[in-house]
Amino acid sequence: MRRTRAAAASAVTVSLLAAVTACGGGSSTEGGSNDSPKTLTYWASNQGPSIEADKKILTPELKKFEKDTGIKVKLEVIPWSDLLNRILAATTSGQGPDVLNIGNTWSASLQATGALLPWDAKNFGKIGGKDRFVESALGSAGASGSDPAAVPLYSMAYALYYNKKMFADAGISAPPATWDELVADGKKISKDGKWALAAEGSNPSENIHHVFVLGKQHGADFFDADGKPDFTSDGAVAAVKQYVDLMGKDKVIAPGNAEYAQNQSLQDFAKDKTAMVMWQTAATTLKAHGMSDDEWGVAPVPVQSGSPGADTAVNSMVAGINLAVFKNTDNIDGAVKFVNFMTSADEQTILNKTYGSIPPVKAAQQDPAFNTPALKVIRDTLAKSAAPLPQVPNESQFETAVGTAVKELFAEAAAGRPVTTATVKEKLSEAQQQMPKK
Amino acid sequence: MTVTAQPAVGEEALPGATGPTPRRRTGRVRRIALPYLLLLPALLLELLVHLVPMVIGIVMSFKELTQFYIRDWGAAPWAGFDNYSLSVDFDAPVGEALLHSFFVTCAFTVLSVGLCWLLGTTAAVYMQETFRGRGFLRAIFLIPYALPVYAAVITWAFMFQRDNGLVNHVLHDQLGLTDSPSFWLIGDNSFVALLVVSVWKGWPFAFLIVMAGLQNIPKELYEAAAIDGAGMVQQIRRITLPSLRPVNQVLVLVLFLWTFNDFNTPYVLFGKAAPEAADLISIHIYQSSFVTWNFGTGSAMSVLLLLFLLVVTGVYLALTSRGRRAADV
Repeated sequence: MRRTRAAAASAVTVSLLAAVTACGGGSSTEGGSNDSPKTLTYWASNQGPSIEADKKILTPELKKFEKDTGIKVKLEVIPWSDLLNRILAATTSGQGPDVLNIGNTWSASLQATGALLPWDAKNFGKIGGKDRFVESALGSAGASGSDPAAVPLYSMAYALYYNKKMFADAGISAPPATWDELVADGKKISKDGKWALAAEGSNPSENIHHVFVLGKQHGADFFDADGKPDFTSDGAVAAVKQYVDLMGKDKVIAPGNAEYAQNQSLQDFAKDKTAMVMWQTAATTLKAHGMSDDEWGVAPVPVQSGSPGADTAVNSMVAGINLAVFKNTDNIDGAVKFVNFMTSADEQTILNKTYGSIPPVKAAQQDPAFNTPALKVIRDTLAKSAAPLPQVPNESQFETAVGTAVKELFAEAAAGRPVTTATVKEKLSEAQQQMPKK
Repeated sequence: MTVTAQPAVGEEALPGATGPTPRRRTGRVRRIALPYLLLLPALLLELLVHLVPMVIGIVMSFKELTQFYIRDWGAAPWAGFDNYSLSVDFDAPVGEALLHSFFVTCAFTVLSVGLCWLLGTTAAVYMQETFRGRGFLRAIFLIPYALPVYAAVITWAFMFQRDNGLVNHVLHDQLGLTDSPSFWLIGDNSFVALLVVSVWKGWPFAFLIVMAGLQNIPKELYEAAAIDGAGMVQQIRRITLPSLRPVNQVLVLVLFLWTFNDFNTPYVLFGKAAPEAADLISIHIYQSSFVTWNFGTGSAMSVLLLLFLLVVTGVYLALTSRGRRAADV
């Protein structure tokens, strides 16, 4: 009996103690040192079809850097689902990598932590100056009015990929340019187990990207001029409703897509189940799913009317990956040298060619490899009709709160329940009230 | 040596005190102290691993800890009870969502623990009989417990997929039980999906513990009862269940705490944003702190959860031990 009670007591203690989550305090050194000038740790985001593929792509380049500078780079490729958490943990503990990739939409949020090296004129000078980079890419590297927290590495934009065979089967000759055309074409395609458009309804980030663009098209920004959340404006509500209606009302997105979050869209597209998908640089993955390059075409993402251009004709977010340096690195000179190497015209050409993205470094864009029909659409979008997501410290919370609200609305639509302006407004209002007050 | 031979000051003051001689006493002190001395490293580590983060967590719950301060959280401004009042303001969205998540977790825990216990006990009682293939069956039963959680739950996530999953294939395509394929990972059904995975994962533990408990019940008790004319149901009611009482007491408590705090199952099944119907409190707190970067509020919610679990556990232990004392008499 006594033993049982002792066992019970210790089980209780351990479980209860485990209930309180906490993370340790951080050290805060200002600026890095050069204590270990011969090594660097680099956290790369997962860009290719798999982590192994990324290692294979990056390792020879890192070897080149080692040969040039004698600095050995320890590479770790981190899946997207873990990246932000890992960065947060590293920020708190102060035990992070020296150089790391961040999603460019997180720039302002991570900048607010103060853990990243600011790219002032002096630092930019060490990598050849700010002018080497495309302006829209620099616009997603930190809050406006302060020095960028990172340097653009790969640029991407959304485009509409369409399945040529499915279009031909439905008697459609050209990809849709407006949403009305997309819905009309979609109704011709969506039958017999085939669907017009794909969505990743359970992926909050993916939701937020499309809703943000539709918001721009309806004249909504989701944040006011003071950086305060403004999720319930008429434009924002209309944008969310229009996106979810593609499934609920227009019935051009398969209900099953409401639970997609693992890029299942691209599989459906490659298997002729879905005719269109809005994606950033899908070429490599489509090839991996057995679809050859001539089976699909690329067009700009639809707009409300007219053609893509300024303001209400925004049809993509400025997507991309930035390269940041952890402020308390033990090899600050090496880290900056590494950024210089990764953003050199040669490396930019090699890496962006491999990943199917667009170099944010102007000199590298001249390569004919970035002039294919698919990349030309993305390049034009980036140059003319892409807008950066709000560069505010609360951007990361915005992605989660509104992205999750859209996920729940998709679940309603998939279950066949009506999604009205009122329900959308209510969900967005809840999301807004969950945002931190300051 | 003369020093040790002298009586202690305190004892000298007590006339006629007949304590042990100092030498014997030193020996006893050593004998008593030794186990504690040996436990000391473990105790210190335990403090380090559990208590220190807990105290830090409590401190954090009184701070305004957002992305601006996570790098040096000590510098975050004090928030007083703001985080707590935000968490328990059930009319505002944050509190309302927390309360909803709390009720979901309670319902989920009661059902999951109940089913785990019932399945485990039933299986253990049947496995007492010796029959061909018993060892094999026992091994099969323990597989869910032996599998790594991540692998097991992700397999379930695949099976629950609406369009390509095995569950809908069986329920809809083969048995024709539903008019159209159901969603399991979003919407209201997600609660059922979560419960199924939780019970599947948890019942082998109950089975294992109850089976071990059954080994300790003397066979003679059953033989005597059988001679007295007690049937199987009566044997279970009068012998098995009372004898298992101490085992069940620990089992139910441990299952309760594990299930209430379960993070891995919903996280792997649904990702960072769980559907409302399956928004367990652990993942809710995770989202409040790590996804929205509001660590102060997240910590306050954790502390509230800790207090709740402490109260429930205290009441449970008090009730069960009183019941047992009464039974012992």
